[in-house]
Amino acid sequence: MSIKVSMTVNGKPVSAQVEERTLLVTLIREELRLTGTHVGCDTAQCGACTVHMNGKAVKSCSMVAMQAEGANIVTIEGIAAADGTLHPMQAAFKENHGLQCGFCTPGMVMNAIDLAKGNPNLTETEIREGLEGNLCRCTGYHNIVKSIAAGAKAMAK
Amino acid sequence: MNAPLIGARIERKEDYRFLTGAGQYTDDVTLPGQTHAVFVRSPHAHATLKSIDKSKALKAPGVLAVFTGEDLKVGGLPCGWLITDVNGQPMKEPVHPSLAQGKVRHVGDQVAVVIAETLDQAQDAAGLVEVDYGVLPSVTSTDKARAKGAPQLHEIAPDNTCYVWAIGDKAACDAAFSKAAHVTKLDLVNNRLIPNAIEPRAANGMYSRADDSYTLYVASQNPHVERLLMTAFVLGLPEHKVRVVAPDVGGGFGSKIYLYAEDVVVTWASKQINRPVKWTCERSESFVSDAHGRDHVTTVELAMDKDGKFLGMRVKTTANVGAYLSTFASCVPTILYATLLAGQYTTPVIHCEVTAVFTNTVPVDAYRGAGRPEATYVVERVVEQAAREMKLDPAEIRRRNFIKTFPYQTPVALMYDTGDYEATLSAAIKMADVAGFPARRKASEAKGKLRGLGYAAYIEACGIAPSNIAGALGARAGLFEAGEVRMHPTGSCTVFTGSHSHGQGHETTFAQVVADRLGLPIESVDIVHGDTSKILFGMGTYGSRSIAVGGTAIYKALDKIIAKGKKIAAHLMEAAETDIEYDRGVFKVAGTDKQKTIGEVSFAAYVPHNYPLDKLEPGLNENAFYDPTNFTFPAGSYVCEVEIDPDTGVTKIEKFTAVDDFGNIINPMIVEGQVHGGLTQGIGQALLEGCKYDPESGQLITGSYMDYTMPRADDVPNYQVDTRVTACTHNPLGVKGCGEAGAIGAPAALMNAITDALQVYGINDLPMPASPQTVWKTIQNAKQKKAA
Repeated sequence: MSIKVSMTVNGKPVSAQVEERTLLVTLIREELRLTGTHVGCDTAQCGACTVHMNGKAVKSCSMVAMQAEGANIVTIEGIAAADGTLHPMQAAFKENHGLQCGFCTPGMVMNAIDLAKGNPNLTETEIREGLEGNLCRCTGYHNIVKSIAAGAKAMAK
Repeated sequence: MNAPLIGARIERKEDYRFLTGAGQYTDDVTLPGQTHAVFVRSPHAHATLKSIDKSKALKAPGVLAVFTGEDLKVGGLPCGWLITDVNGQPMKEPVHPSLAQGKVRHVGDQVAVVIAETLDQAQDAAGLVEVDYGVLPSVTSTDKARAKGAPQLHEIAPDNTCYVWAIGDKAACDAAFSKAAHVTKLDLVNNRLIPNAIEPRAANGMYSRADDSYTLYVASQNPHVERLLMTAFVLGLPEHKVRVVAPDVGGGFGSKIYLYAEDVVVTWASKQINRPVKWTCERSESFVSDAHGRDHVTTVELAMDKDGKFLGMRVKTTANVGAYLSTFASCVPTILYATLLAGQYTTPVIHCEVTAVFTNTVPVDAYRGAGRPEATYVVERVVEQAAREMKLDPAEIRRRNFIKTFPYQTPVALMYDTGDYEATLSAAIKMADVAGFPARRKASEAKGKLRGLGYAAYIEACGIAPSNIAGALGARAGLFEAGEVRMHPTGSCTVFTGSHSHGQGHETTFAQVVADRLGLPIESVDIVHGDTSKILFGMGTYGSRSIAVGGTAIYKALDKIIAKGKKIAAHLMEAAETDIEYDRGVFKVAGTDKQKTIGEVSFAAYVPHNYPLDKLEPGLNENAFYDPTNFTFPAGSYVCEVEIDPDTGVTKIEKFTAVDDFGNIINPMIVEGQVHGGLTQGIGQALLEGCKYDPESGQLITGSYMDYTMPRADDVPNYQVDTRVTACTHNPLGVKGCGEAGAIGAPAALMNAITDALQVYGINDLPMPASPQTVWKTIQNAKQKKAA
């Protein structure tokens, strides 16, 4: 059955007709054409689909679109400033070579921003444990950890 | 003129789009009139197809077509490398259909495709395709494939044997063993891995009636090869009517080299329904359809004199190629494996016999390292074990056997051009503080823990490959690379490369090479890759070949740009061409202060008002094809230090040190990133990852991220990495390639460290992955044995 959902995505009100079973990530990618949010698995393990819902990082593959009714959703496309200037966490990933193929990157950045909020001095252990829900096959995590530590500091400035 | 860009840590040009969600991967491409495909796959490891009833599926909402092997009568998926067996016979090449023909041979084998208006509709209808299977017994394990009475996969391949192949002088090797003071022997299993690029494979085929042409968007590492194989061998289409685009690709690691059935089916089907057809793999589907890696069972023997000098090596390997031969499956356990068994050592005679077997498993093909990790694992495990048996320091036994003079002809076909193995080993020993290890071991022991240290001194053959040598060894394609440099009238530059970047950072590294040589700001150079309609040709990215082969092709095109630029500059400055000197973007008349920049020369080439039109064509656009004269030979030394809790079996990597020689380095930041990633995949193999099939049912047990253990951030340490340089002698950049090293060297270093820690129990080997359960069980077994 088709139903109407409404929410705010990247600051703009949106509504769409979706099926009950439509996942939030499908709404974001297919209906709204915000393809920066990726799907890397089907068991909520990889975190490539991570977005912010009401300020918290969530995996948009593990909820149906209806569950986001009325919510404030931010995707990777909504993170940089309006003039295109990178968010400090995005900039930190660039400066520290925290990405290679770029596929897991949006989810990594969205999770990292949530992790770093109010935590400018994240330790390596906190970062590594905080990344438990995000898989990267390219970087070996070394530079992602560095990026998040630097990004957390930059966000506090 | 700019500061030199070669060797500079330049932030990547491609990062902005990836960081802002603006990357465009295959699944992000949605075409007008888009339809969606879902494959019906075999739930059985081995079965006959008694009947397929698609009537219910065809009546389901939104369904446009259902196709089976009855509909798709085209050529089989080809294998790109012919291996000739020990009796001079060609390998057995069973037909590899894109949709099953009468039989399925592994869980996940594709049986039918359902195409519908929406993905949901296609998925729903796929469940309505009724397939009546006649289930057969199956065999999945490498060492049981040739057992008496084992189920047979292909009529043309008795005993499930694809080939028995050998390299080296067996008689000389046996003679060396007869003179040995000591022989060390190990039985090793190189565990089967599932590549798991985080972007699942995807393909979107579009047919145009307007000009009878096709466009295929596909997550591929080599779009031109994909087009060549698909048109020439499978669909019989004219190559010029097919465009293959590999846009942003989210990691490959080998698994996206191959021509897959799904790519063929969506391309073909787009003409049948006259609509674009998109298929995106689900992760659980990728576990049963992406080519797997490794899966060797090996016995190795190393003969030594009384001083630990290697006299000979004998290797016998059984390699599992899966149910069908994937694109490069045949050359991985032979040409890319046995030729590396000399390692960094002067072992004078080596003999290796490889038996490739078919099993009811997903096809096995190249995965990061491809044959070279398997070779390194064999060599470095047996060398470490030999040191233990000879009571020699493991670094010392390596030093006694290092190759020290170059070029060096190995007994297994390769000619190493250059290297300095002592330099990387001694640097790694220092960086890893091996001198402090005994004290750290004591500290661990005081806590009830075990500590071990292990080495791996790997070598790899990269920059694949000289086409004539590859051809003589059975390659059915050339292995050159193409590059094109297009100067624009206003002085900026677009570069087209047949190499493909799927995380390696070519858009930056290649731009550094070009901008440095042309004296341009890096922002003025863009790299274009991944589209057969834009790039003249390409053999693609694998075997760490991009900079050595693709980069050199660009360099050769730059030579031509500069040569033509000299003629133009000579005309503009009214000087003899022989008097023009060129240095990074500036043409000078020798001995004068007259000069023209590359920008001025480009402008003159495209606005040829004052130009030698009688002698020279206008324009400044040059291309080059480069076929290397040899492989490149990156090498290095890794040192791994672990602490094991004997009560739980948990292994913690305390330190991992990697010192590599990749020749000259263009961007050290990118190179380090490649090493980190490779090390993590190598650590994954040794500690976490292992593909398991149920021996009875042939079901894939490790079929999701819940069951197959991918390395996560808290599984791996911070790495200590460094490089030493011996420049490659046969390409102008002096580069060797760095993409696979980490995955090649890490497993042996880690398993050597673990077995070092477990020497107190007399444990010399345990299977990978050395999970806590495996380590704990191995310790318990050893303790019981000791007590008995």
